[in-house]
This record gives sequence, structure tokens and C-alpha cells, in this order.
Amino acid sequence: MGTPPTTSGMMDPRMVAVVKKQRIQDFLFHKVTMLFALLVLIALAGILVSLMISAWPAFQKFGIQFIWTNEWDIINENFGAAIAIYGTLISSVIALLIAVPLAFGVALFLTEMCPLWLRRPLGTAIELLAAVPSIIYGMFGLFIFAPLFADYGQPALQSTLGQMPLIGPLFGGAMNGIGLLAAGIILAFMVLPFIAAVMRDVFEIVPPILRESAYGLGCTTWEVVRYIVLPYTQKGVIGGIMLGLGRALGETMAVTFVIGNSQRIRESLFAPGTSIASTLANEFGEADDFHLSTLFALGFLLFVITFVVLAFAKIMIMRAEKAQGAKT
Amino acid sequence: MNNQANETPLKNALEVRGLNFFYGKFQGLKNIDLDIAEGKVTAFIGPSGCGKSTLLRALNRMYSLYPGQRAEGQVNFYGENILDPKQDLNMLRARIGMVFQKPTPFPMSIYDNVAFGVRLYENLSKADMDVRVEWALSKAALWGESKDKLNQSGLSLSGGQQQRLCIARSVAVKPSIILFDEPTSALDPISTGKIEELLHELKSDYTVAIVTHNMQQAARVSDFTAFMYLGELMEFGQTDKIFVKPKRKETEDYITGRFG
Amino acid sequence: MNTNLYRRRKFVNKLGLFASMLAMVLGLFVLLWILFILFKNGFAGLSLAIFTESTPAPGSEGGGLANAIVGSLMMVGVSVLISTPIGIFAGVYLAEFGDDNKLAAVTRFVTDIMLSAPSIVLGLFVYAVLVAQVKHFSGWAGSLALALIAIPVVLKTTENMLRLVPGSLREAAFALGAPHWKVTNYVTLRAARAGVMTGLLLALARISGETAPLLFTALNNQFFSTNMNAPMANLPVVIFQFAMSPYDNWVSLAWAGALLITLSVLALNIIARVLFRERTAG
Repeated sequence: MGTPPTTSGMMDPRMVAVVKKQRIQDFLFHKVTMLFALLVLIALAGILVSLMISAWPAFQKFGIQFIWTNEWDIINENFGAAIAIYGTLISSVIALLIAVPLAFGVALFLTEMCPLWLRRPLGTAIELLAAVPSIIYGMFGLFIFAPLFADYGQPALQSTLGQMPLIGPLFGGAMNGIGLLAAGIILAFMVLPFIAAVMRDVFEIVPPILRESAYGLGCTTWEVVRYIVLPYTQKGVIGGIMLGLGRALGETMAVTFVIGNSQRIRESLFAPGTSIASTLANEFGEADDFHLSTLFALGFLLFVITFVVLAFAKIMIMRAEKAQGAKT
Repeated sequence: MNNQANETPLKNALEVRGLNFFYGKFQGLKNIDLDIAEGKVTAFIGPSGCGKSTLLRALNRMYSLYPGQRAEGQVNFYGENILDPKQDLNMLRARIGMVFQKPTPFPMSIYDNVAFGVRLYENLSKADMDVRVEWALSKAALWGESKDKLNQSGLSLSGGQQQRLCIARSVAVKPSIILFDEPTSALDPISTGKIEELLHELKSDYTVAIVTHNMQQAARVSDFTAFMYLGELMEFGQTDKIFVKPKRKETEDYITGRFG
Repeated sequence: MNTNLYRRRKFVNKLGLFASMLAMVLGLFVLLWILFILFKNGFAGLSLAIFTESTPAPGSEGGGLANAIVGSLMMVGVSVLISTPIGIFAGVYLAEFGDDNKLAAVTRFVTDIMLSAPSIVLGLFVYAVLVAQVKHFSGWAGSLALALIAIPVVLKTTENMLRLVPGSLREAAFALGAPHWKVTNYVTLRAARAGVMTGLLLALARISGETAPLLFTALNNQFFSTNMNAPMANLPVVIFQFAMSPYDNWVSLAWAGALLITLSVLALNIIARVLFRERTAG
């Protein structure tokens, strides 16, 4: 095939055929990639629908009360989600109560105090730690943490906080090293690197000029962080915390090893309990049809709860990025 | 420059008639009427924000990539209005090429860079393609420096060489018109000089339109100059006439450096 | 100047900074302690038998993790094969057609949520739609569950990396008259190559350590098998079963398996980082 003429004009018959083919190709390109993007949405919808279908027998039998019924009787087929929801929520809240201040401290250290040469390695170390599989935390919890907690941690707590009015009963009872509090603590260290990394990223985006103006006015480092950095990054920080919460709620392995796997709500945090994810992990293997349906109901509830939390987190982060002019 | 324009009748490669351009609600070009003569170099000059790049990018409908931008009016390419919604954009851009301000070598070998555009519309044998690549690189004054490393990445060249590679890439598909959007503003003076020489030679085979913020460059390379200001075409005519005896005060102010 | 106020502010500052440093030290200490324990117990349990023998029956001596290692490799491999095209194609859609586009905005939102969604629920989903339908567990189901976790990672990274490619490069390709798909395939995607690979490696690292989704899909298999259509041994579930058991050799194998997984995950993450840094430097 020769070369097209250098002369004027548009129409070159050889080109017309190519151009027609290209139009079809680009059309397919658009539709095929769109289809794959749709797949993601279909997967989400599919998850919700299939969970609901499998859970339906349970919801049909127990109705909406299932959510707050404090009962888990496998033999008589009388189930309620309250125990598992309680365990999920409490362990996650404990985890955040511990992890968030620690993560804040880590992020502050990395952005304000850390010598420059140490910043990159430490930051990378935190990110790598966020990648460690959660089953490792579970094993650590069971073999190392639980015995130590039973021998030292729990007695210490019981003799101090356990003696105070109101919160005393939270730290009462047998001290086996496992239980809701133990699960919360292990969970805290699992989500810590993650929340710390998000906070650090968010702190770093603060324009240096803002910080410099504050220092220029004679503010101390702490005041700069408290009055400038934190308010500026507020939404991003909240988003990061909610992300951590979302992860904590759905975590299985870090929790299952130490939560004790007992289907009872008890007063003390030292007592064994269960979370939704742990219940699923432990009971799925031997569940019969109806029991299975209740497990699906639990799974459905967990998915909905985490979905709401994560959606909230995402909206917060989007608002934070919009405020800073960055593109989401 | 040359006075041949007085003797041989000029054919117009592009005729812009009543062109208005909008970035969303903001009007970037107001009622532009202008002819781009075949086989000549036409320069667009003016201060920042005057619309010269906007005008250039309307000529190969580059703006169509971006949803918020639109143009109204006519741009006739040898009689056909390229602003027509039915116009096939790919075919248009194969006939009207563009070289950008920042050198943009593709992440592939030098050979593949040049061959990329050719492979889109022509089915050449390896031997024919080799000939075309050599021809295009020679036209861009890059053959000598690149012939021993055709398989190396285009990114391994220096800035000036990369820009010449981009020129070779555009030349290789043998378009009617090549548009240059501030092609030398990111380059050092020596590379700039080389490319200005190139523009002079490309004239014999192609019609050239060039946007430049460097007036001296416009005076050096172009046959016709269009001076733009705030989205309007202030003055248009033969380069030597515009620079020696501008008709409008704004043109004179710009050329003498009273504002930039 | 009010020296009392100033002294108090300085004190608060010192306290706050000290507390932050304590937090850093505590966090690092605990996390390094965990890794230390893992390495200590893991290496103690390592031997050649890990790679040559299959998991031992309850109560029997010795044994290894060969079937679990192979099973994991196979399932993770298949999962990557499934998730890569889906993630990349969808990521391309979001990057190339995703401005000002409702479908794209919703997909992005959903992807970010799926990134942190509880993986055990994904396992439930695959159980309901696949395992329950064919009435047996399988390696395929396990791979599917893992793919559901990997796809959002690949998708998000692909879109972000494509968006990082300078607009001028895209325009230069369009300016030659190239159709959109060729611009994306030969220029944009190629320029973003290293970044997209990074995303794949990170997705790989993520699914290598996941246990929960495999519990109801691939289950486990005591024997060596490469049959993907049946329950398949895999490291995470083996670790889960063995760690909580009363048998010493099982516990020791669990630690060894945990070490193997962690080393792989860390190695993949480090390679991904190095690869990405090399691209931005070179």
C-alpha cells in the first residue's frame, strides 16, 4: 500500500474504511469497560440480595426483634443477634478507644517531631505493619498476650478500676486472659497502623504556610497541632477513624482467637463473649439448615452495619478533600 | 520575509469564519475570521490568556476531548467545515497534526514512536516502514542522532531531541497541516534554533500554524501573523508588514513591549 | 508577658509531645514484639518437611504444610487471573470515561467501601451463590472469594495510576488521529505500567493473608490435592485450625505457616514499593 497524498483535503478513501472500523472499536471499548465497572456494582447488589435470601427464613421466624433478642439456643432453634452484635460493637469500641489516641500520637510524632532522616523509614514501617495479616495478631493474642494479661494485666485492672463504683463490675469475675476486653486490645493494635497511616497522610497535607504562621505567632508545637492541624484535617481524621472502625467491626481472625466464643452477654469485660464474625467462623461448619439461615442473618446485619460506617467514612473523606481542593 | 505572496495567488488550507469558543460559560474566542494559507507559516501571537492556544486547538478539535468546551462557527478545511458534529475526529487529526509545548515521547522505542501514527491508517511492510521512519526522522533533523539507537526508548533522548521526535511523529503521517503550540518554550536556545530551521523547511511540504509567545520567533519564522488580545483577533497580515507598520495601536503596543 | 501562662503552655506542650512519643514507642514496641514472636516461633517450626510433607492427621507426629502451600498458591494464582482483567478494565473505564459520570461516581464509592468490607461476609456470599448450588466446597469458590477482595484494590490503583499520566501525553496520541482504545492501550496504560503492576502486587499481598473468606468456600483438605473442584488445603485455614488445637506439632506448624505468609506479604509489599519508586525516579 502506498503513501497517502500530501495534498489537501480530508477525504482519502483508504482512510474511510479504517475510520469506520475505529468507530466500532471505540464503541466496544466504551461498552466493555463500562460492563466491567457495572460488574462491581452488580457484585455489591448481589451480595446484599443473596445474603438476604439466605437469611430470610431466620428473619421470617424472628422478625425485626432478631436484632435485639438476647438468646442463642441452638438446640431449641431460638436465636437472637444481640449477643453477637454486642460483642462486635464493644470489642470495636474498645479497640478504637485505645487505637485512636495512640494513632494520633504516632501521626503527630511522624509529622512534627520525627527527625527528617527517620521519617521515611518509620512511615514505611507503619505501612508495612498495616499489611501484616490479622491471623498473626490473633495468634499473638492467644499465645502471648492472653497468659500475660491473665497474670498481670487483669489483676492490675481489677484491683484499681475494678474497685471503683459504676465501672467496677466491668472488670470483675474470672481472669482468663481472654474475653471482650482482650479482643478489644488485640484489635486495637491491629487497626493502629492503619489509622496512624491515614492520620499521617492527612496531617501532611496541611499547607506549610499555615503551620509556619502559627509558629510565627509563638505557638508551641502542641498548640499548632491542636488549634491548626486538627481543625484543618478534622474531616479527614474522622474519616480515617471511621475507616478503622469499619475494619474493626468486620475483623474475624484477630478477634476469634481471644474473644472466648461464648454466646452470652455478661457484665464483665473479662468474660468471654462473641462477635458476629467469630460466631460465623466458629459455628458455620456444623450448622444445619435453619441455624445456617440465622448465621446468614448475622452476616447480613454485619454487612449493613459496616456498609453504613464505611459510607459515612467515605463521605467525610470526600468532604475533607473537597475542602482542600484536592480531587477525589 | 518573502514577497511572493504578492505574485502567486494563495490557496487557503483553513478558513475560519465567525468562530466563537466557550469554556463552560466563559467565552474564550470572539468572532474570529482568519485564513491560513497553504504552504505558508502563520503565527498566532499575543499576551497570556489572549486565546491563541484556544484558537490553535480549535483547528484540530482537540477541545472535543473535554466535555465543558465547545465551539460555534465555521472552520473550513479545504471547503469542509470541521466543526460539523458529523466530522470524524480521528480522520481530522490524521490530516491536521499537532506538536505540543511539552515534548511528549510515547513510552516506546524511537522507531515505534514515529511508526505509531503511520500504523494507524496505513498498512506498510517492514521495509516500507523503515523508509518512512528514516524519512520522517530526517525531515525532523533527528536521523543522524537517532539512527543507531532506534530501538531505545524515546524517553532516552534529550529535551530538544524529544521535541524533534514529536515533530517526526507528526510529519510521518503526512498530514496537510501541522499545528505547533509553543513548541520551543520548554527548550534551550540551541534546540530552539534547530526547530526554527525545521519550520522553515517544513513549509515546502506542509502548511504550518504556530502559536508563540516569543515575538522575535514569530518574526523569524512566519509568513503571516495574527495578533490576538482578550479573545479577539486584533490584526492579521503579512509578518513583515505587521512588525514594521502595525495598523492598530494594540498591536504596536504589544510589539514594542508596552505590555506582555 | 504573663510568665505563669507561658510556663503552663510550655508544660502542656512538653506533656503532649512526650505522650506522642510514648504512643509511638508503645505502638512500635508492641508491633515489633508481635513480629519477634512470629519470627521466633515460626523459624523454630520451620524445616524442610514443611515443604515436602502434607498436613498431619490429628494426633500423628511430624508432618508439613506442602498441601497447604500448594493450595494457597493455586487459589491465589487463579484469583489474580480473575481479578486482574476485571480490575484493570473497570479502572480504565473510571479513568477514561469517569469524569462527570454518575455510574463512575457510584462505582468509585462502592469500590472504596468494598476495600474495607468484612471479608467473612464475602465468603458467605460465595458460599450462597456457588458452594450451596453445587453442594460442595472447592478451590474455585475460594479463588472467587479472594478475587472479590482483590478487585477493588486493582481497580482503585489502576484508576489512580492512569489519572497520573500527564494529559499532554494523551493529547499527543489523539492528535495523531488514534482511536480512544489505542491511546489507552498503547500510550496511557503503558505509561502507567509500573503503577498498575504495583496495584497487582498489593492485591496479591492482601489476599495471601486472608483467612475468613476461605472458611466457607475452599474449606480445607488434609491431603495433598491439586483438584480445584474439591475442598482445597490452604495456609490460612490450616493455621486457624492448628493454632487453636491441643497438639504441639500442629501449633508449631501453625507458627511456621504464619511466618511463611507474613514473609510473603512483606516481600510483596516491599517489591511493590521499590518498583513504584523506580518508576517515579526513572
